[in-house]
Amino acid sequence: MALPQAKLTATEERLASLVMPEAGCTRKAREAALARVREMGLPGRRDEYWKYTRPDTLISAEAPSAALFHTDEPMMFHEFDRLKIVFIDGVFSPEESDDLSMEGVKIDRLEDICCKDIHWAKELYGVLEARGQSPVQRPLAALNTAFASDGVAIHVTGKPSKPISLIYRHASETSDAILHHIIRVESGAEVTILENGPAASRFNKCIEIDIADGGTLHHIRAQGRDHQRRAATHMFTRMGQESIYKSFTLTVNGVLTRNEQVIELTGDDAVAHVAGACVGDGDFHHDDTVFVTHDAVNCESRQVFKKVLRNGATGVFQGKILVKEGAQKTDGYQISQSLLLDDDSQFLAKPELEIYADDVACSHGSTSGAIDETALFYLRSRGVPSREATDMLTLAFLAEAVEEIEDEALAEVIVSRLQDWLARRS
Amino acid sequence: MLEIKNLHVKLEEEDKEILKGVDLTVEAGKVHAIMGPNGSGKSTLSYVLSGRDGYEVTNGSASLDGEDLLEMEPEERAAAGVFLAFQYPVEIPGVGNMTFLRTAVNAQRKARGQEELSAADFLKEVRTKAKALKIDADMLKRSVNVGFSGGEKKRNEILQMAMLEPKMCILDETDSGLDVDAMKLVAEGVNALRDEGRGFLVITHYQRLLDHIKPDVVHIMADGRIVKTGGPELALEVEHNGYADILAEVN
Repeated sequence: MALPQAKLTATEERLASLVMPEAGCTRKAREAALARVREMGLPGRRDEYWKYTRPDTLISAEAPSAALFHTDEPMMFHEFDRLKIVFIDGVFSPEESDDLSMEGVKIDRLEDICCKDIHWAKELYGVLEARGQSPVQRPLAALNTAFASDGVAIHVTGKPSKPISLIYRHASETSDAILHHIIRVESGAEVTILENGPAASRFNKCIEIDIADGGTLHHIRAQGRDHQRRAATHMFTRMGQESIYKSFTLTVNGVLTRNEQVIELTGDDAVAHVAGACVGDGDFHHDDTVFVTHDAVNCESRQVFKKVLRNGATGVFQGKILVKEGAQKTDGYQISQSLLLDDDSQFLAKPELEIYADDVACSHGSTSGAIDETALFYLRSRGVPSREATDMLTLAFLAEAVEEIEDEALAEVIVSRLQDWLARRS
Repeated sequence: MLEIKNLHVKLEEEDKEILKGVDLTVEAGKVHAIMGPNGSGKSTLSYVLSGRDGYEVTNGSASLDGEDLLEMEPEERAAAGVFLAFQYPVEIPGVGNMTFLRTAVNAQRKARGQEELSAADFLKEVRTKAKALKIDADMLKRSVNVGFSGGEKKRNEILQMAMLEPKMCILDETDSGLDVDAMKLVAEGVNALRDEGRGFLVITHYQRLLDHIKPDVVHIMADGRIVKTGGPELALEVEHNGYADILAEVN
């Protein structure tokens, strides 16, 4: 079906501003992705999937400029021993990055996968993204596959001794970065992936993750504080039998963030947990869009999203659990909650369940509320000052999401960043 | 110590006067009990003294050691020495009981210009006091009052009181929902805190709590006023004859 004229024009304008990299062996995948973009058109305001988040600034030919945020605070995760892979405005920086060799994992730059003839990578690039286009279209992810200018291919074959840390630095006020990573976790292998930083003025990032039977991937992400930055991210995860995927995202400010997680449980007994805690002020807009497909027996999925909003900030949650026919004994849980610290902020939620198997346990809930006055009085009556009591209750509200992080040291760092945010309010 | 004079209070939301001129003085070292039928204003008095929102003081005063309580925020009253043991202790998921206690103890110390308690000293003290109230390590670790039984919640209130060492302890129907054994345990906790420098205001509907916490003075409250004051025998009179006789006599 032909695209509406406005959509067609917007899509072609954006495409005209981009050049497809000369990446030999991903070329076919990129061209196929470009064809998908042209067929779907880039997201528009009238699209149902973009009802709560305006995509305009994510698809415009030029990235809106975003001031750099300067702080003396050390970078997130600085206290951890990790293998650093640094991108500055979306370009890999060999100088800032560590040596990429580590036992149990093979890391290559995306542009090198052809000359090194890395088969798994060629077979993964663009594949999960393409699968993830149905039943809901995700044109920004296809755009990413077609035009990603950099990224890494991470092949996990063992249990690397430290986390792999993807660091996204923002250096130019007009940068428009498109990164695409692919990760393959082999059977029985286990890895922790960290991501942090504001990345660019506008950031389009896609990660395709393929976890083989019995593989485990932990993902902890902190999205940067540069308030004017914009980000549209996608994580496509395909999970084999008894595999584990646990992802947590902290977002502190940012004028526009849309994080999509598309998870497909294809092997029996797999476990997928996705969680997020976000805190924002004023023109902060944060969108978590999650789609979990159960296509195997006895799998468990959890979605836990908490948002603290104040001074007119907006939080969005679109979460779906799809249980396919035959995916018996599915255990699906989804909760999305917002704490509104004033009357101007808003939370827009669309929780969905679609179930075609008869022996499943699925639950979902979504709430929006203010600080509990009774609890606040209780704390104050014990001598805790009002502000401190409010902070305690705010952190308590976020706790269920933060508790999804298994590593206690990482969880502590996340909590301390949340405390910093609370302390910064006027 | 606690001095309440001609206290008039109405609900903020509606034009309804709840306290209609309460006069009450609690001396240091004494236990005063307030008894009265439902709706007489007992709980309102406890909330007004601790600074809960929703009440408007239209006349009168309340002070602790000469300091005007009514001008203070709830946390300032706490630091000044007021403690309210809630009739319905609040459950706070996500806030650890221990964290809560420590934050409260140190916030009060800070407000009074005292040094904060070290983690080790705090732990030692809380363990000793918890043990006396038969509060186990698990209860200390859990979220504040979450999943606690009625008795556990009330014991947790007394633990907070023991840790905060307030000057003026107000117990709002602490006996409600307790069986005899739990009530004894709570009463022991309260009695352990009795000393010359501390005043108690024990609000109760029934006399039975006063078998375990022996009051020095008993007040009967009805329709927003203290209508009769006497010794412990007054509580027994209520127990035998109910409130009707006293109210008839007053009217």
